[in-house]
Amino acid sequence: MPMMIMPKMGDGMEEGTLLKWLKAEGDEVSQGDAIAEIETDKVSLEIEATESGTLARLLVGEGDVVPIGQPIAQIGADDGSVTASATGDAAATTALADTGADAEPTGQTVVNLKSDAEASEPAGAGASTATSVAPAATEAPVPTGGSGNGRFRASPLVKRLASEHGIDLTQIDGSGPGGRIVKDDVMPFVTGGQKQQPRAAQPEPTPVAAQATPAAPAAEAAPKIATSSQVSAPARHVGRPEPVLRDLPRIRRVTGRRMAESKQTVPHFYVTAEIAMDAAAAFRSEVNAQVPEGGARVSFNDMIVKAAALALPQHRDLNASFEDGELYDHVNIDINIAVALDGGLIAPFIADADQKSLGAVSRASKDLIGRAKNGGLKPEEYQGGTFTISNLGMLDVDEFIAVINPPQAAILAVGAIVRTPVVSGNEIVIGQRMKLTVAADHRAVDGAEVARFLQTVRGYLERPMTLALG
Amino acid sequence: MATTHHTNETPTDVASNGTAPTSTVSPETLLDYYRQMVEVRLFEEAATRGFRQGKVGGYLHVYIGQEALARGFLDAFRKGDKTITAYRDHAHVLFQGGDPKATMAELYGKGTGLVKGKGGSMHLFDVENGMWGGYGIVGAHIPLGVGMAYSEAYRETGNIIQLYLGDGAIHNGYFHESANLAGLWGKDGMCPCLFIIENNQYGMGTSVERATANTNLGSKFDSYAIPWEKVDAMDLEAVIAVAHKAVDYVRETGKPYAVEAMTYRLGPHGAADFLEQYRSKDEVREARKRDPIGLLEQRLLDLGVTDEEAMEKIRAHAKELADEAVKFAEESPEPDLSELTTDVYAPETGLI
Amino acid sequence: MAVMTYRDALKSALADEMERDESVVLIGEDIGLYGGTHLITDKLIDRFGKKRVIDTPIAEGGFTGAAIGMAMNGMKPVVEMMTWNFSFLASDQIIQNAAKLRYFSGGQVSVPIVIRGPNGGGVQLSAQHTHSLEGFYGQFPGLKVVAPATPEDVKGMMLTAIRDPDPVIFMEAGALYGTKGEVPEGDATVPFGKARIAREGSDISLISYGRQVNLLLKVADQLAKEQDVQAEVIDLRSIRPFDSETIIESVKKTNRAVVVQEQWRWFSVASEVAAIIQEHAFDYLDAPVERVSGAEVPAPYARNLEIAAFPGVSQVIEAANRALYRKG
Repeated sequence: MPMMIMPKMGDGMEEGTLLKWLKAEGDEVSQGDAIAEIETDKVSLEIEATESGTLARLLVGEGDVVPIGQPIAQIGADDGSVTASATGDAAATTALADTGADAEPTGQTVVNLKSDAEASEPAGAGASTATSVAPAATEAPVPTGGSGNGRFRASPLVKRLASEHGIDLTQIDGSGPGGRIVKDDVMPFVTGGQKQQPRAAQPEPTPVAAQATPAAPAAEAAPKIATSSQVSAPARHVGRPEPVLRDLPRIRRVTGRRMAESKQTVPHFYVTAEIAMDAAAAFRSEVNAQVPEGGARVSFNDMIVKAAALALPQHRDLNASFEDGELYDHVNIDINIAVALDGGLIAPFIADADQKSLGAVSRASKDLIGRAKNGGLKPEEYQGGTFTISNLGMLDVDEFIAVINPPQAAILAVGAIVRTPVVSGNEIVIGQRMKLTVAADHRAVDGAEVARFLQTVRGYLERPMTLALG
Repeated sequence: MATTHHTNETPTDVASNGTAPTSTVSPETLLDYYRQMVEVRLFEEAATRGFRQGKVGGYLHVYIGQEALARGFLDAFRKGDKTITAYRDHAHVLFQGGDPKATMAELYGKGTGLVKGKGGSMHLFDVENGMWGGYGIVGAHIPLGVGMAYSEAYRETGNIIQLYLGDGAIHNGYFHESANLAGLWGKDGMCPCLFIIENNQYGMGTSVERATANTNLGSKFDSYAIPWEKVDAMDLEAVIAVAHKAVDYVRETGKPYAVEAMTYRLGPHGAADFLEQYRSKDEVREARKRDPIGLLEQRLLDLGVTDEEAMEKIRAHAKELADEAVKFAEESPEPDLSELTTDVYAPETGLI
Repeated sequence: MAVMTYRDALKSALADEMERDESVVLIGEDIGLYGGTHLITDKLIDRFGKKRVIDTPIAEGGFTGAAIGMAMNGMKPVVEMMTWNFSFLASDQIIQNAAKLRYFSGGQVSVPIVIRGPNGGGVQLSAQHTHSLEGFYGQFPGLKVVAPATPEDVKGMMLTAIRDPDPVIFMEAGALYGTKGEVPEGDATVPFGKARIAREGSDISLISYGRQVNLLLKVADQLAKEQDVQAEVIDLRSIRPFDSETIIESVKKTNRAVVVQEQWRWFSVASEVAAIIQEHAFDYLDAPVERVSGAEVPAPYARNLEIAAFPGVSQVIEAANRALYRKG
């Protein structure tokens, strides 16, 4: 019985995203009917049924990224029977089948699974070539011991000779450029004409220098020159079990790459504020008391999302993106919520959160989190967003710092609401407090503005009726 | 179908000014060619499926719609002759007796492939059967064919070269340099080369009209004093008739000759050409009415040498052959890694 | 042994080979009636006829491609590039067809072709007519690239080139066509992939090929006379295949090397030689490998600028002194 596959539509295509099913299970299709919309790295296009018959089963969900050649649907015989697959080697599994389950509205941050997320980075080039053409003679002379600038200098030949003949190069003056010890300097010791005398009042070579050229100091029992594999092998405890190589889920790879890029290229800074949540807690109890049994209850997270959504239009610098050296302001307020999945993180966003009522924010949030767990998110629901909130409060975290979800300008990390003694007037009472930490991109925004943003957020959360009004 | 000659050196035996040549090919042969054309068609469809499944890599250019062209010209092919073409080269191999299994295996990048998995779709060679290659750079194989023809004349073999080129290659400098050399060497009987323009109307996505102000492509040979004519290459019998005239002339005189063979690429330029924004669906639908296989079916029915049932059998058999080729390709081993570095230099030099 | 010019030695190799093997033909611009721009093929058309000495129109891509077709199909053409500067027009044929045909035909097709002509500058031909393309062609697997410097080598290597089953890029030292040297009588082939020690020495290895070999010999004499330094001069002769062994042995002995070339420095033969030395003789080096190359400019016209643009004795001596840690 025929199996429809994710087709290769171009020479460089390795996977495609199933954007949308145009037919449903059980529909009759004829060869040539458009049955689905897929997206490649180049374009979106409709793909056509390769056979006629009943669309017996859809094997992947909308938004799934599917490697080429993998089945996406079965077209049954007209009686709808489903028998063996036509293509022997392609198991009917979906590409991201394991990204669902056990999601929580938490976790540090975020994934934008763009279709080009796996594209390899251009390799850096040329940085080292410039030095190779600089004539050695131009270097400043460092007269003694071959150890100028913390780098030990001896020609490769000299290092080998020293190693072979047990010569301590730290005791020899280099006559070459930059104090490099050259053949002529060591030959008297090699040929035995001269015995080495400990140099008086000479400083020891720096340990750094000795390590940098392990073959050089013969005193250290003539270590062999390390091979590249020795150098790069991860440090492991001798006699302990070898670590087990784990398959990296795609989502984890993408998260890792994006987070590394963010942390390495974005100048992060952090501002923390403590918010009194007593009024917010009372307000929430009041609101949820109105919710009928089984209805959607408003969470603290919903309130924080709403508060941030109302604050952002007043602090535009935080609702921005710094990309390719340019700063972009977003006119929309789309708030991503970081959701932890088994295989990594995903951050769907609530579009136009500032325009939505608290109830609408709450419903949208529950819907997105639910579908994130089931792998039912569409790419357009997690590709994009303008500001991210990551909440670890339910895991009893006092406070934490999140990594910015690039290219966004800021991310808000939410800690737990804790009961704590606070000074009220002249008394110490029990108050409910929560710490918010904003990590922001210093290219887009400055500290004072982030502080003012937190003040605004505090205003909404400490006077929670305003959340219902906004 | 009309033939035209635009040259001051028209050979007397092909001076048929505007009259259609009559086919001398027997109905049985036509039926056999029908079978081969269907086999090639289904081979190409199977290859495209392989591409969609990700099993065929790189570029894939299929011959769908052009089958009568190569099949027709190869009717005049004689052992010792050689063909050379660009990258739409599967059909030439198959019509020349190449093994469909080895051909499919090449597309699948297998060690059992025609060129050991080293060339892929664009570089099919079957030298034993006279197929001297598929080449991937538009126009760049044209001088090779002309030089090969010089060698046949120099060695006095009596063989000729069938040099296939696309309409797109006509605008390339290589075409003009090579046609000039061919005309020049032909003066001394030193260039037995038949130029066959596979005019499928598009150089990739650029129609002939959008590529040149002189769309009468055969007339470009006038500049080089090479006689030429045009043929409707959807009509197998017409192609065969012209092929024999042209090949006989080339073989007898050692001079080049050219045919602009009018055809239509019913499939995409390459498997990655799925948008086809450069032409309308109506245009393709219209062209399908003159699918060379369909025309030939009608002709065979008219001749009374076959019926629907027999043709269905031919199609079923062709499907079996294509399936067998795919199965062979799928089950074949990948090239041995030791093959990576062979065939860079001649083995006796000991170099890699 | 007979003393003859580089030009005559080259011509005698062509003629001998044409005499010996009827499949050998010459093809190029003005190689017949005109006699060849550099008179390498002078009068050969009278001896072998126009089917074997083929004058072509000025269309390098076309006639080089046609010659490749001949080579594929049972002949052994020797193509003359009037100068290698014009080979860019044919480089698509040389690189995309000649070099790769054996491979992408899965071994079904061979291309026993020789493409020869003068290479390098030095006679005020300026930007478009001055190139040294050994590094450029040396990059491509499937090609062999040689650059003989002496009459003996140019004859012996041409004999080898014509008999070679693969495409050979034969780069003649245009400036040396008139130089004389001893050439053995008879069928004295010189193998590819074997460097020549042009002068033995113990203190520093001077490495080059083509016309710079003569420059290096001059430098070596001067170093011996003025500084009592014995330089070893190595003539690579063959760029691909490359004789690493001779280079490495020499550097192990001398601990220092200067590589000299007329071509531009970046991504060049000297770069490759320097890399090979550090890979295989790292522990024998007493100084960084020095490179002396053409200036990173299109070749200028004015005589003084041209002299400044190419390696001369003083630049090589300076480089040698840097490698020797001498003030010079």
